[in-house]
Amino acid sequence: MFEAILLTVITAATPLLIAAIGELVVERSGVLNLGVEGMMIMGAVVGFGVAHHTGSGFLAVIAAILAGMLMSALFGVFVVYLATNQVATGLALTILGLGVSGMIGESFIGIPGMRLPELYIPGLTELPFIGPVLFSHDGVVYAGFALVFLTSYVLFRTRMGLILRAVGDNHTSAHALGYSVLKIRFLAVLFGGACAGLAGGYMSLAYTPQWVENMIAGRGWIALALVVFASWLPWRVVAGAYLFGAVTVLTFHAQAIGVTIPSQFLSSLPYLATVVVLVIISSNRRLTLVNTPACLGKTFIPDR
Amino acid sequence: MNKFLKAAVAATALLASSAVASAADLKACFVYIGPVGDFGWTYQHDQGRKDVEAHFGDRVETAFLENIPEGPDSERAIERFAREGCGIIFTTSFGYMNPTLKVAKKYPDVKFEHATGYKTADNVATYNSRFHEGRYIIGQIAAKMSKTGTAGYIASFPIPEVVAGINAFLYGAQSINPDFKVKVVWVNTWFDPGKEADAAKALIDQGADIITQHTDSTAPLQVAQERGVHGFGQASDMVKFAPDAQYTAIIDNWGPYYIHRIQEVLDGNWESAQTWEGLATGHVVMAPYTNLPDDVVEMAKETEAKIAGGWEPFTGPLMKQDGTEVVGEGDALDPGAILGMNWYIKGVDDKLPE
Repeated sequence: MFEAILLTVITAATPLLIAAIGELVVERSGVLNLGVEGMMIMGAVVGFGVAHHTGSGFLAVIAAILAGMLMSALFGVFVVYLATNQVATGLALTILGLGVSGMIGESFIGIPGMRLPELYIPGLTELPFIGPVLFSHDGVVYAGFALVFLTSYVLFRTRMGLILRAVGDNHTSAHALGYSVLKIRFLAVLFGGACAGLAGGYMSLAYTPQWVENMIAGRGWIALALVVFASWLPWRVVAGAYLFGAVTVLTFHAQAIGVTIPSQFLSSLPYLATVVVLVIISSNRRLTLVNTPACLGKTFIPDR
Repeated sequence: MNKFLKAAVAATALLASSAVASAADLKACFVYIGPVGDFGWTYQHDQGRKDVEAHFGDRVETAFLENIPEGPDSERAIERFAREGCGIIFTTSFGYMNPTLKVAKKYPDVKFEHATGYKTADNVATYNSRFHEGRYIIGQIAAKMSKTGTAGYIASFPIPEVVAGINAFLYGAQSINPDFKVKVVWVNTWFDPGKEADAAKALIDQGADIITQHTDSTAPLQVAQERGVHGFGQASDMVKFAPDAQYTAIIDNWGPYYIHRIQEVLDGNWESAQTWEGLATGHVVMAPYTNLPDDVVEMAKETEAKIAGGWEPFTGPLMKQDGTEVVGEGDALDPGAILGMNWYIKGVDDKLPE
């Protein structure tokens, strides 16, 4: 039973985790991209389409990533180079993604999809309990954890990460030091798009292998909230995504067992839990301020 | 800028005039709650719209607006259609009820049809289908086929239609196996494939070997297929998603109704009415029975024929969850009670959210 619950939690948390880690990097560079939902849905539809036409899960995942990047590139050109309003452009990106994906996906409706194969690691997958829980997932689940590890390492242990954070904290100084703020931000936006595309692809290739319009169903917005929840720290994103996934799945189990708590309350529980943790975290004001990118959402126009 | 504005105005005028100049005798318009690609509720309404186009050809022009939220937004959408010269407007979600009536008052010459509501006017009719008839049949199949004697039910919102569905399902199951259990999980959404899949997994982990749903996506059936249990399609025939798992599906078939009502408008004898039909008239259709032994298929077809012949599935003795009798032996529950059902029948292992 415990094993089964854990497996469900991992699938529920993975798309949130991947999309949020991408957005975290974007926000660390000082850009707020509210288009996560739109990029995810494009990843989902393109991933599904490529899987359907080529039968290759690998190509499908790559295509999903590229679709997300293409969407984010559009956002990047507007926001970074044309200095448009980030909030409005992000919202527009979401609306665009939802609409375009519906159009692309029209012919995929009613077609069963293919599920990404689960990795089989000789020796490890056969282990009791640990095997099924840790070593029997599709590649994207592991990619998610690898992303967190890499992001955390690059952001806080490398020169590249230092520059990225500098751009997000004080773009004027970073510019004065000779760093190309616009280029760095654009690259960060592309990384965010790639992650969102991958997360969307996971939805249509592994979580629920099918295409239906609007299938992301708000997960992009939850990913955005998780970044704040995590106070812009990668490992906290893991905690947030798994907390959210676990509470959602546990409420279903509670209902199935027959716990008589109003289901509306149970449905709101993941959000309540998130709010409570958010309050606890933000009560430490100094810590929150240290991690919040100071230039988040501010446009930068180089004075040259 | 000025030039651009002029061009825009000219383009709009052109669009408007082209709308007026259409050659069709009637314009039939549809307002949808979801995307036409949900492969569920809205998808089936749109299939009905396509049936209309195929049936009438150039005589009837159709138009639709999708993803219209319930509330003030829907009023604007409906009014837009009324202004654009639609002769009949179908509004296909419960929450469009009051906006539909409001717009109908302003446009007395336009006919309005509101799905699943209960308020009518001289130019507002309502229509709905007797989906509980199908639920009764799948309940019987579930009781015949389940090894654990437990089914999992993924429910959306505690409104009468959903509650009646749960009751009909269990009532059908009890007619085969009086001890049959149904576990209900409320996901509080009509459409979220991920959540629906998670709920299905939870139910299967808790011992349900039959999964049924009152939500709109194919995700629960897909989970059933993967886990080697069985289930039923909802709104559309979903057998492609679960070739080994789907026993049958309850299909919403709106086409015949739409064609019938539009024909009446064309003939000039349309009248406001409250339509509530089921298996008998083909408004509800059972998908082909698959993955079932012959005797169970035969039983299902017998029940189907019996219901189509006018038998009400909610025929007593029917008891509420607390044991109080609602209707006695041999009496049928009246339509009003079914349409307004806000109580569980005896044997439901859940407390109704209030």
